[in-house]
Amino acid sequence: MDLAVEWGEVHALLGENGAGKTTLMNVVYGLVKPDAGEILFDGQPVLVHRPQDAIRLGIGMVHQHFMLIPPLTVAENVVLGHETTGRGGLVDVAKASRTVRELSERYGLEVDPAATVAGLSVGLQQRVEILKTLYRGARLLILDEPTAVLAPQEAQRFFEIVRALVGEGKAVIFITHKLGEVMDVADRITVMRRGKVEATTSPKESKPSDLARLMVGRPVLLQVEKKPANAGRVMLAAQDLTVVDDRRQPAVDGVSFELHAGEIVGIAGVEGNGQDELVEALVGLRPTRSGSVTLDGADITRRSARRRLAAGIGHIPADRHRMGVILELPIADNLVLNSFDRRPFARGIVRVFDAVGRYAKKLVETFDIRLRSPNQPLSSLSGGNQQKVVAAREMGREPRVLIASQPTRGVDVGSIEFIHKRLVEQRDAGLAVLLVSSELDEVLSLADRVLVIYRGKLVANLAGEAIDRNRIGLLMAGAA
Amino acid sequence: MNIQAQRRLAQSVLVPAISIVCGFVVAGLFVLASGKDPIQSFLALLTGAFIDPFPGALTDTLVAAIPYIFLGLAVALGFRAGLFNIGAEGQFYLGALFGVYVGYSLHGLPGVIHIPLAILAGMLGGAIWGGIPGFLKARFGAHEVITTIMLNYVAFSLSDYLINRGPMADKHASAPKTPFIDPAAQLPVLVPGTRLHLGLILALLAVPVVWFLIDRTTIGFRIRSVGFNQAAARAAGISVAATMVLTMGISGALSGLAGADEVLGLSHFMPPTFSTGYGFDSIAVALLARSNPWAIIPAALLFGALRNGATNMQLQTQASADAISVVEATVIIFIAAPALVRSLFRLREQAVPEVQITQRESQGVA
Repeated sequence: MDLAVEWGEVHALLGENGAGKTTLMNVVYGLVKPDAGEILFDGQPVLVHRPQDAIRLGIGMVHQHFMLIPPLTVAENVVLGHETTGRGGLVDVAKASRTVRELSERYGLEVDPAATVAGLSVGLQQRVEILKTLYRGARLLILDEPTAVLAPQEAQRFFEIVRALVGEGKAVIFITHKLGEVMDVADRITVMRRGKVEATTSPKESKPSDLARLMVGRPVLLQVEKKPANAGRVMLAAQDLTVVDDRRQPAVDGVSFELHAGEIVGIAGVEGNGQDELVEALVGLRPTRSGSVTLDGADITRRSARRRLAAGIGHIPADRHRMGVILELPIADNLVLNSFDRRPFARGIVRVFDAVGRYAKKLVETFDIRLRSPNQPLSSLSGGNQQKVVAAREMGREPRVLIASQPTRGVDVGSIEFIHKRLVEQRDAGLAVLLVSSELDEVLSLADRVLVIYRGKLVANLAGEAIDRNRIGLLMAGAA
Repeated sequence: MNIQAQRRLAQSVLVPAISIVCGFVVAGLFVLASGKDPIQSFLALLTGAFIDPFPGALTDTLVAAIPYIFLGLAVALGFRAGLFNIGAEGQFYLGALFGVYVGYSLHGLPGVIHIPLAILAGMLGGAIWGGIPGFLKARFGAHEVITTIMLNYVAFSLSDYLINRGPMADKHASAPKTPFIDPAAQLPVLVPGTRLHLGLILALLAVPVVWFLIDRTTIGFRIRSVGFNQAAARAAGISVAATMVLTMGISGALSGLAGADEVLGLSHFMPPTFSTGYGFDSIAVALLARSNPWAIIPAALLFGALRNGATNMQLQTQASADAISVVEATVIIFIAAPALVRSLFRLREQAVPEVQITQRESQGVA
């Protein structure tokens, strides 16, 4: 495949998860060895074996997961590995701070050089990452999914920074799968699919729907079709729920809400605002400090995860690989992961494989899971199909409440559509769905009501006309 | 069986086989360095393990393999739950203590009652000794490697006290030991004139039982789920703590069974220095078998043969019996680093390819 990026432009690399965007950029940055082909920089063929080579050439990369050392200050993180030393071989902290301040003023990247990284918001940490690359003299910046961790308004400020960078003649490669951002910020767009370049175009030449078609390889419905919700009685309710995180800091702070049968309630929020802890408390994986949880009127605050599952709570965990599946076990076993010891899948302590196999076959068909054999290990499936396994397991048990946390993260567009359609179908059949997602688009297209979470508190409960992208964005950033 | 499964099977046999060969090569170098002939030495080892005297050499190898089978299963079961039970040796001691006590303190019972009672007592002793670290891990997060090692020392000291001068000492004996067990509690000898006892049958029966437990029961499913991914198991409603205690308890029960079997089948009493590292060697047995219950049998036979043949090797060729430890240690190094064997012998990694093939015609869902 070919890709050409010019100085002074924002070049968006657009593609679905697994299209090869990140791999391509890791080749440029020297993290992955290419099998064939060459890299030209400033017209010269260059060899990039290690990230050090890339840095020397003036290529900087900001990874999706930040590479910062939390206890150190901003200035220390920026100069790390390239410190100027003063007398006695000590790091010249004053000079580092000065340089960092100069750089941040020049590009509008305001951040206090003396602040400890651990205390910074994610948006500010991202600025530190960018400062780091600039300090090392980067002229080409590769940004891998930079807006995944930002609230919409933060993203807007971030785009201004990107524009300032290219205004100085630098080049920016912007990796993303979000169409809207591409239209906003890119000068040129390269669309990748299955490791190949589908097209190189620009926001002027192409409409979002064209780009979506190029990404997926077929026309895509960007909106989920759904009828108005027909909400029934209260199925799940939280009352003044307070939950602490692993460091015993309050993560969920006095949260109350009601979830009715037959409706989808979305919880919007920037990642790390207590969503994970809230979900864990609801499904019984994290103790509550105070408050209560009721399921269809029954208090389940003190019940174990096992009993809550049995009582009819379905749970699609946010981190699929850590909590949702067991990669080494067969697909069929993953489909009965929380019902393997019940009839008909077990008689006493003896497992009944016939019943498991029949059930797995049924789910594989209804949920269109693409596989060769249900006895293959789950790891043999693509990300989208793995997620369908989780969705099939949780919806297939016919729960009364489904708590779906980031249900389409790391999943291809086809599977996203499928899972969304299923969620709406189940809602229409009377299921109460709590949808927790950091993708605002997902919340907006699915939810009948939207709750906004900010620093562990629910700051809004919006329905109908009140559901407004701009307003929710502000609430997510804590600015309302 | 498809090609992939065949390749996987070939590899799971090949890597251990190569490791064993490498073990002998490295040990051979040590023997050579000590001025002895490695070929002669290893021939003497083989002879001592299987041929001379006949049939005693062969049956003694089987006798030595019996505790290795039980203990190998015990350690393997722990591995399947992601638990490293280094305490098999201590649990082995406890099993022997409990077993021998029931063996010598009861009289007048028929064998069909006395033997199972003594064996169950041994399993109980081992289960307690294995369950304690399981509980400590589940309740307080104490690492089982540390607690099982420590409990080994407690077990050694406890048996030392009980047998040397404590309540289990045989007051009439010149050397410290427990009283002899009641003849009814002795395991019958399988081949007259040899020491091969019923324990071999019990050990061979334990293999399918453990296999069934791991592969066919809900308990085994919990054990494997916890071993692979604790967070996912927890999210699926499996109690990780209970599974850990149970796994360590069963593992300990198997070790205890080995201990009771030794006193009932072989020594018929218990000396203070009862075991010579069976429990520790069994970690190697389980690793060599890659925690597969069926593969425990050949692995245990190998270790039984090494243990039994070593004496003959030392007598015949003066090559130190410690060469056997070198074989065992080298085997473990190669087993623990399969990548090393693969790169040395250019075996291909058994990669599971990404499956994108549909089972029915791929169709759009829009």
